[in-house]
Order: sequence, then C-alpha cells, then structure tokens
Amino acid sequence: MSRVLPRPTVVAPAAHRRALLGARRAGLLHRVLVWALLLAGSVLFLLPFLWMVSTSLKASDAVFSVPPRWLPSSFQWRNYVDGWTILPFTTFLRNSLIVTFANVLGNLVSCTLVAYGFARLRARGKNVLFLLLLATLMIPREVTIVPRFLLFSEVGLVNTLWPLILPAWFGYPFFIFLLRQFFMTIPRDLDDAARMDGASHLRILWDVILPLSRPALATVAIFSFIGNWTNLLDPLIYLRSTDLYTLALGLNLFRGQNFTQFNMLMAVSIITLVPVLAVFFLAQRTFIRGVTLTGMGGR
Amino acid sequence: MAQAVLPREPGRGGIVVPSRGRRRVSEETVAGWTAISPWVVGFLIFTLGPLIASIYFSFTSYDMLRSPRWVGLENYRRLIFDDALLPKALANTFIYALMHVPLHVVTALGVALLLNEARQMQGFFRTIFYLPSMTPAVATAYLWILILNPNDGLVNRGLRFLNLPAPGWTTDPDWTKATIVVSQIWAFGGAMIIYLAALKGVPQDLYEAAKLDGANAWQRFRGVTLPMISGATFFIATISTISSLNVFTQGYVMFDSRGGPENSALFVVMYLFRRAFENFQMGYAAAIAWLLFLIILVVTLIQFRFSKRWVYYEAGET
Repeated sequence: MSRVLPRPTVVAPAAHRRALLGARRAGLLHRVLVWALLLAGSVLFLLPFLWMVSTSLKASDAVFSVPPRWLPSSFQWRNYVDGWTILPFTTFLRNSLIVTFANVLGNLVSCTLVAYGFARLRARGKNVLFLLLLATLMIPREVTIVPRFLLFSEVGLVNTLWPLILPAWFGYPFFIFLLRQFFMTIPRDLDDAARMDGASHLRILWDVILPLSRPALATVAIFSFIGNWTNLLDPLIYLRSTDLYTLALGLNLFRGQNFTQFNMLMAVSIITLVPVLAVFFLAQRTFIRGVTLTGMGGR
Repeated sequence: MAQAVLPREPGRGGIVVPSRGRRRVSEETVAGWTAISPWVVGFLIFTLGPLIASIYFSFTSYDMLRSPRWVGLENYRRLIFDDALLPKALANTFIYALMHVPLHVVTALGVALLLNEARQMQGFFRTIFYLPSMTPAVATAYLWILILNPNDGLVNRGLRFLNLPAPGWTTDPDWTKATIVVSQIWAFGGAMIIYLAALKGVPQDLYEAAKLDGANAWQRFRGVTLPMISGATFFIATISTISSLNVFTQGYVMFDSRGGPENSALFVVMYLFRRAFENFQMGYAAAIAWLLFLIILVVTLIQFRFSKRWVYYEAGET
C-alpha cells in the first residue's frame, strides 16, 4: 500500500514542465523525473511477477527458502510439465477456449446487431428500451445468481458449459452501450449512400459500419476475452464434474491437496496468462483507441 | 413515444415523399425490432425473469429438493435480526470498499498522469502496468498469498530484515482485508487506461490560457486537469464501488467461503454463495441478494447525487 504514497507528488513535475516550457534544462529534469518514477513504479509492479516466475522454477522445498532467493539454485523446468499434468489441464484449457471463444463471438454478433438497432434504426419504443438497457447496467448480477441457477437447473443445463455460453448470445448491456455510442459517431451519410444503392440493413452494418468500428469491436472482444478467461464465480456455480472445469477453476483445485504446491501452481498460472498477453499485445493499439473513442473516459 | 419520433422523421433524409416515408418507417421499425430482439429476449429470460423470480424466492424457503414453501418476511426477519454473520459480512464489505475505492482511483490517476507525460515508450510502460489486470484472479490471489505469507513470505521477510513489524496478512483478522486490497490494487490497469483516454481529451489551450493567467502547476492541475477528467473519475469511482461491494473471487480463493480468521474476510457475495450453493438455502440467499442490491442502489444513487457538485460535463456532449 505504501507504493501509492509517492504518486500525488507526481502532479507537480507534470505541470511544472509546462510552466517552464522553453527552459530546456527544466524540460530535461522533468523528463528524467518522469522516467525515474515510471521505472520505479513499473519495477514495483513487476516484482510480484518476477517472484511468480522465480517460484515457478524452484523445487518444492525451495519455495520458502531462507533467505528468499530470486534466482532458483536449480531451474526446475519440469514444474511446468508436472503442474500441467498433475491435474487434467489440457481438458481445462479446452473448456476455457470453448467458453471464451463462444462468449467473444456471441458478444460480437449479438451486441453489434442490437447496438446497430439502437444507434441507427428508427423503431417505435426504441428509446424506452434503451433507457431500460441503461437501467440494467446498474443491476449487479449477484441479484440474479440464484434464480438464474434455478432456471438452468430446471432445464437440466447445470453441469454443462451452456450456462456460461448462452447469455452472451443475447447481448451484454455494457458492450451494447459501448458499441451504440461508437456507431453514433459514424456519419449517417455513409449509410444513406449505401441505402441509395439498395443495400439492406445487414449489408450496411457489415460493409459500412463494421469496417469503421474496429477499435470498438476490439475493445469489446478484449474485455469479453479477459472477463471470461479469468471468470471464477460462474464456473464455480455451474460446473460439477472435473472434466468440465475451466482453467480458473482448475487452478483453484491446487488448494485441494494437503499443502499448496506453489511452484507448480505458479507455473500453470503463467501458462494461463500467456493467451491473454498475446491477445493484448496484438490488439493493444486498437484497444486503447477503442477505449478513447467509445468515450469511456466519461465524456 | 411513437409520436415523439415521427415528427423528426423528415429532418433526416431531406425530401422524402410522404407515402414512401411512411412505408419506410414501418419497414425500419420491423428491422429495428429484429435487431434489438436478441437483447429483449435475453433481458426477459436472464434479467427480468430471474429478478421477479428472485423476489418470489426471497419470500420462500427452498432447498431445491422440495418445492418452495411460502414463509412471508421470515427470511428478511432472520437476516436482519437473527443472523450474526450478515452484519459481519456487511461491515467487512464496506470496510473493504472504503479502503479499496480511494486507493484504486488515486493509484490509477497517479500512474496515468505519469504515463501521459512520457513521450517515448508509453506503450511499454502501459503494458507493464496493465499486466496484472490481465492475470486471472485466481492466479493473482495465490501469488499474493505466497508473497504475503506471514512467516515465510517475501514481504514479511523483507520487513523483518528492516526490523519493521511484520503483520499477519492472512492470519490476523485485522489484516485480511488489507491483504485483499493490496492484491486488488495491483490490478488497477483498467482504470488507468480510462484515465489515459480522458487525459488525452483535455484541450491543450486550456492549459495555455491558465498559464497566461499566472496559474502555477498545482493550480492548473486543480483548475483544469481535475475538472476536465472528473467524468472519468466519476465513472471509475462508481464502477469500482459497485465491484468492491460485490467482491468475491479474491476473498473466496484466499480464505474460502468461510472467510478466513474470525470471518474477517467474509464478504456479502461469499456469504450469499455459501448459503445458496453450500447450504442450498435458495430463498435465504435470494433475500441476501436483494438486501445487497438495495444497498448498492442506495450507494450508487448517493454517488450520482453528489456527482452533480463535482463532475463537469462539456456542453453539447451527451
């Protein structure tokens, strides 16, 4: 928590610079200061990761060695293999991939369609529905946990992957809102031109709106991906048999043993982190632009 | 509603022959309803239906084996007067939110301000600070259990080496909530990115004007930056308050559904989970959910109320 303390002082140099704009030395000093603080901050935030990597390569009896060692005395690469195979993680990975991709796809398809309806089509009662949609943003999903579970249990879908997948195909209010806001910024002249050429609504959505909406779509895809990849509560509620477990739920099984195998746990955690990292690196630029353009800055 | 929409119609496409225009409205209405329908169906099945069902269940005793039995306000009575754990869970949740939300906002703002100043390698630093937010919560929770282990953890070893007091992060009831705060603050990246976007949107000429008026750095921050990004602050504060009041995963993974030493890390959603899916008291759990919902609603409304005093919206933007 102490890491938060130095931050407020940051403000002063930030604006300080502008006060002395033109004075080159102050500018340099300012740049060095910003860099120093950023470096210090990022080291502080990276240290837990480094400890994760370091622990993942230690032998079981070296995890809590005295004194703590950042470099393991011998690199136990087999922790990665052992951790992965001690529990059926290949199965967990498959389940996570199914759930995550079905959700990303479902969110993209349904939310795009609904957002297009809200942003572009003049339909009776649309505004009332949009207000309703905004209101549902306020409802914490915890309220509906119990009845939703009873609903899925009534139709016999508990202990299948369906309860984790189906809702995404009916749109997610937050994503619909984001996309709708973004679609509103696309000039209507473009659809009107396409309409003149006799294009259908679906064609306009596909050919005109979507190509211009990549940043917003990437934002939805990434949020949906990370959210589902790391979700624990829903799998915990709906999945009973181990062969349906997702990675997050599988990781939690490590505690089930008599004592926690931190080295293997960390190794598998790192493996589960890799796909998220890859997605973020690939889409980072578009993602940041999407957050800016969809006005999530609250403007 | 329909009346309100129709008069605006001619304004859109320019000159439209009335009869054609009318036909287009109905065609568009059909298309519009079709496009929106997935959400409407989903809303009925997954939100409104469950919401109503959950009100009903909260007045019943239901264990999923026998059919629900109507008990009136009994669940709420027990919840408010007879349940020793609920006040504990509520207090824990509020203490956690009060610690977490301000720290979260300040950390995200501080780092975003710094990043905004960095001309080179912003992407590199941004990725580093965002990394923890992408780590699965289960992994994050275990990582911090490891680092904050009271006896052998890295942090306490370091503190003892410096002759500082080493708190019982996971064993001392006074510290368990702080442990969760630490692990959650680490993952502040989402808020940071929202702040970065907001900072990029502050018009530079406002700073120039303030400078001409002789405002110093602090005054410019207070007078220009803070008001201009107050919308983002409000968004982040509201969202993180709601998610703090719903805290579950970290507490569950670190301390399981019993909530650690002396229930000090038992949060409301954990308690709900325990009643519903470990004790199968569905009616009672639904009552807990409604109580939590009402509390969140009140807190959110208060936040909205006060936001008018400090959130600045640019004219003309919606």
